[in-house]
Amino acid sequence: MATLKELSKREELLAGGHRLCAGCGASIVVRQILLAAGRNVVVSCATGCLEVSTSIYPYTSWRVPFIHSAFENSAATVCGVEAMYQSLKRRGKLPVDEEIKFIAFGGDGGTYDIGLQSLSGGLERGHDFLYVCYDNGAYMNTGIQRSSSTPLGADTTTSPVGKVIPGKQQYRKDLTDIVEAHHIPYLAQASPHNWKDLTHKVEKALSIKGPKFLNVIAPCHRGWRAGVNQTIELARLAVETCFWPLYEVEDGKLTINYKPREKKPIIEWIKLQGRFSHLLKPENEHILRRLQEGIDAKWESLLRREGEK
Amino acid sequence: MGKPVAMTGNIAVANAMRQINPDVCAAYPITPSTEVMQQFASFVADGKVDTELVTAESEHSAMSACIGAAAAGGRVMTATSANGLALMWEMLYIASGNRLPIVMTVVNRALSAPINIHGDHSDGMGARDSGWIQIYSENAQEAYDNLIQAVVIGQHRDVRLPVMVGMDGFIISHSIENLELLSDQEVKDFIGEYLPLYPLLNIKQPVTYGPLDLQDYYSEHKRQQAEAMKLAKPVILKVAQDFAALSGRKYGFFETYRLDDAEMAILTLGSSAGTARFVIDRAREQGVKVGLIKLRVFRPFPMKELQAALGHLKALAVMDRCDSFGAAGGPVFSEVRSALYDLSPHPAVVNYIYGLGGRDLGIAHIEQVIRDLQEIRQTGCIRELLTYLTVRE
Repeated sequence: MATLKELSKREELLAGGHRLCAGCGASIVVRQILLAAGRNVVVSCATGCLEVSTSIYPYTSWRVPFIHSAFENSAATVCGVEAMYQSLKRRGKLPVDEEIKFIAFGGDGGTYDIGLQSLSGGLERGHDFLYVCYDNGAYMNTGIQRSSSTPLGADTTTSPVGKVIPGKQQYRKDLTDIVEAHHIPYLAQASPHNWKDLTHKVEKALSIKGPKFLNVIAPCHRGWRAGVNQTIELARLAVETCFWPLYEVEDGKLTINYKPREKKPIIEWIKLQGRFSHLLKPENEHILRRLQEGIDAKWESLLRREGEK
Repeated sequence: MGKPVAMTGNIAVANAMRQINPDVCAAYPITPSTEVMQQFASFVADGKVDTELVTAESEHSAMSACIGAAAAGGRVMTATSANGLALMWEMLYIASGNRLPIVMTVVNRALSAPINIHGDHSDGMGARDSGWIQIYSENAQEAYDNLIQAVVIGQHRDVRLPVMVGMDGFIISHSIENLELLSDQEVKDFIGEYLPLYPLLNIKQPVTYGPLDLQDYYSEHKRQQAEAMKLAKPVILKVAQDFAALSGRKYGFFETYRLDDAEMAILTLGSSAGTARFVIDRAREQGVKVGLIKLRVFRPFPMKELQAALGHLKALAVMDRCDSFGAAGGPVFSEVRSALYDLSPHPAVVNYIYGLGGRDLGIAHIEQVIRDLQEIRQTGCIRELLTYLTVRE
């Protein structure tokens, strides 16, 4: 596993000058992942902020081979690339000593929702690739519309806080659980505030053959309505409140990678974000309570599962 | 001289794929093209090809995987029909826009609703503006021959476009016909080695596929795509010429039959040509000067060549196995008629929409078309510009 010193000496594979917002969580996530992955990777990316901001013709930020084809098919596209790799390797048309890894990126829109089928297909067929969802909890690229990853109660442009309905009415989908049901060799949740955990997970994932999945929280200060300089703090608090538990499942064995000494109440995370400001009003206390209940239930179930033998 | 065999269109095409031995195939089953990939999966399972087969979970993912695979740098093929092609629609444009020479068999079938599994051209015609070269086949032999030629056309440096080869669902795909296969070695030599351009798998030279292309460049890229389509025309003819030298079977943008001295003609696309030839022969015996033109290449559309071939006619009936609801007529009609507009005088052109959802086109129907053409020739008047044939009204 690479140390911070080693990582810091590696070449940045996502060049600066891209047009992602200052303080964008996605670019921090991608840079950490590529530092851990190294040069011998081919990247596919779903349509979204990451894609439109890093590859504006005639420029590209990608110092590794990169393909974007559409929104719902980052997984299927990378599966095609990987299939060609397997075929050409078998036919002796690629250098024998050159091993290439495959990483697909997608936001929560491209992964939880429109790309779920393509992801599921790729996982089930057993392609050798790592899928990374950078989860910012809404369709940020099209202007902060709700996704199935949007937390309960959040104010988005399609789940607005109105006179009658106070924000998103549903719990978020547990994609990591859905992925786990595919019984792939490795999957994990990670956060950019804990670079060590994230980069180690990438290194571990890429050392394993077959489909792997990483769900990485990627705060979006525009959509979350927080400060540009709060990205890492928001990621940290998401973990400290157990909204975003850091855990991994390797060959079916679940390990919680970080347990807060004192689990913070969700309000600590909520109060920094404008998208939840209405939840601080007394009349919406029940939503906050429901949100806390959902988080508690998931955390308890993870603790229980980790203890199981 | 090839080996004579009896097989269905689907199996013929699967055998072409076996001989082509593509690097990657990604597909999803749909009637009536299912058998192509089913047979091909057997070839994979029996080790008769080295292909990596991706059994995708949908046609959208199948075409997405084809795009990824082709960009990675190798030969890629697939097959589909009807709703499967419709589900790929978004990705068809992305395949051609990225200039990826994927080759796809489209076993033409009617689009839903109502759901219908039989042969018509509404799927292929719906994709006519997607930037794919489109070649249509009359029978299993042509489907086989066209698929092999499609590989060479698409991969040509001047072209670099995806190619779809159509054959009518069930009528061709499921009917057993006599045909000749080339030897495996002949096909291998004919298609040559695939030379990838800017492959993703060359990690020493990283490239970016599918960038965001805004007002400052998008138009130029689309213009280049249009140019590639134009440049495909001489390539299609050259490949046909080479193929004729190999097989003895001649192909062009279209095929004509008893057309040179004809005053009237029927234009078809796909499997109906056989019936039309039969009826035309009978009419000729009666002294009716009617001929046939069978369009093979719909994209790029051979406008100038059609002008030269059809200019001498008095009346032309264009047969469309597809409607274009609310348009002047079927898609083939609209384009053929537009092609002839510049000629002075130009033939009277009428349209027949027929055979939707696989309904049979019989001898009597074509006889009716010829009677109509005779009336137009004699009176100089068109009574019905668009007639729905083979339908209860």
